Amino acid sequence: MNLLLEGLSAACLLAGSFLCITGGVGLLRLPDFFSRVHAAGVTETLAAPLLLTGLMLQMDWSLDLLKVLLIMLFLLATNPTASHAMAKAALHGGQGPNDEKAEEDKGSIS
Amino acid sequence: MLNAAVLAIMVTMALALVRAFMGPTAYDRLLAANLFGTKTVLLIALAGHALDWSGFLDVALLYAMVNFVGTIAVMRFFEYGAGEEEE
Amino acid sequence: MRDLFAVAMMFGIYSLLTAALFMDLDAADVAFTEAAVGAGVTTILLLSSLRLTGRWERRPKHSPLLPLLVVGVTGAALVYGTLDMPHLGDPQAPVHQHVAPHYIENAPQEMGIPNIVTAVLASYRGFDTLGETLVIFTAGLSVFLLLGSRAGGRPRPGKTAIGEQPVLRLVVKVLIPFILLFALYVQLHGEYGAGGGFQAGVIFATGMVLYDLVFGEGDARLVVPARWLPRLAAFGILVYGSVGLYALLHGRPFLDYTVLAEDPMVGRHLGILLVELGIGICVFAVVLSIFYALSGRRRQP
Repeated sequence: MNLLLEGLSAACLLAGSFLCITGGVGLLRLPDFFSRVHAAGVTETLAAPLLLTGLMLQMDWSLDLLKVLLIMLFLLATNPTASHAMAKAALHGGQGPNDEKAEEDKGSIS
Repeated sequence: MLNAAVLAIMVTMALALVRAFMGPTAYDRLLAANLFGTKTVLLIALAGHALDWSGFLDVALLYAMVNFVGTIAVMRFFEYGAGEEEE
Repeated sequence: MRDLFAVAMMFGIYSLLTAALFMDLDAADVAFTEAAVGAGVTTILLLSSLRLTGRWERRPKHSPLLPLLVVGVTGAALVYGTLDMPHLGDPQAPVHQHVAPHYIENAPQEMGIPNIVTAVLASYRGFDTLGETLVIFTAGLSVFLLLGSRAGGRPRPGKTAIGEQPVLRLVVKVLIPFILLFALYVQLHGEYGAGGGFQAGVIFATGMVLYDLVFGEGDARLVVPARWLPRLAAFGILVYGSVGLYALLHGRPFLDYTVLAEDPMVGRHLGILLVELGIGICVFAVVLSIFYALSGRRRQP
């Protein structure tokens, strides 16, 4: 395997892993639901393509490569949508963000 | 490097599991379950390549789909069954 | 944890973990089924029935100690039982001595298809699979008898419980064709990789359920009306059974696929394809009709 490809793949995987763990820690540590959606949804949307790109760079040309690409596209479409829908459903279901946080985070939740 | 990524995904899954058990609201659990599902997809894709499983990508694709549909189903049925929040 | 919604979600997580375990045991077909049925449809059906029964578990009157003890003893007995079992993957195990070697050695030549699971399911064990399909059909029938085929009356067009979600609607609208396409791929690709009629039917039904969930109940019922579903289920069984009867009419044993074409190999292919199609149609109709029956009912006050 090409050295350049290997390096690129390793970089992608490392960055993806880092984002992945960041999202997990954010999910666990942040104070209220909306900030957790923010932490989990945003990092996940970048982490999944990075990890899958890292994987694709290691694979040979085959049908499997195309399937990984499909998985990536599917996750790219569904992840942000699911996060958005969850945040909206929580708001609709009467669970507003904390009052003092609402001032700072207005842009990120709507 | 693939192994390191698999390890990172597993750590994230464990963190999500803790949040799923802690709650406190049902939406938090839903968020954690959704994150867990996505991480399972990634885990199957990466570990499947590393360990040379057969047919793992179909399963991963199916998971991505099931996870999405399940999340929407939970949200859809929340409001019907809501009302009294006891926690 | 008395929130039954949370329990249903936990069940989904558990099912995902189980499927990952199956993948590790190199049983892609089982993992596929577990993902489609256990994590997908079961969770959705559980949630939709929770809507009817209420979300909170009642506090039990008796103490939880006795059930815990019973579960503990049963679990210990089962673990004790596994001590006598041969090790995992041991070639001397009885399960690997009976008919499995024949299947593994001869299936690719006799059937001409690489996926042994499909060969066993649809051809060697075609009779058992017919029985399983009938079990599913019976399950659908009993849901009809219990909940009523009219599915609790009128649909509510346009009503979504999760609020106005234009983004979700758009994305789902784009995704649904791909989900249905994926179901067809699983249906037809069962001879070569993981998949087959059972899973494809479930995935197809999941696609329709997704449509129903996002766009309100009126729209999905316009696409696949509830009154078609019993006929579809019966039609699926009929396809399966008539393949068998066709062989009988030609003086061969029931479900002998070689009569379907001149070349026995082509006949087997055709037979497996038809049988899987029958299973797929039946499973799709039953799963969707159970979902309709559950989601169309209003909660009794």
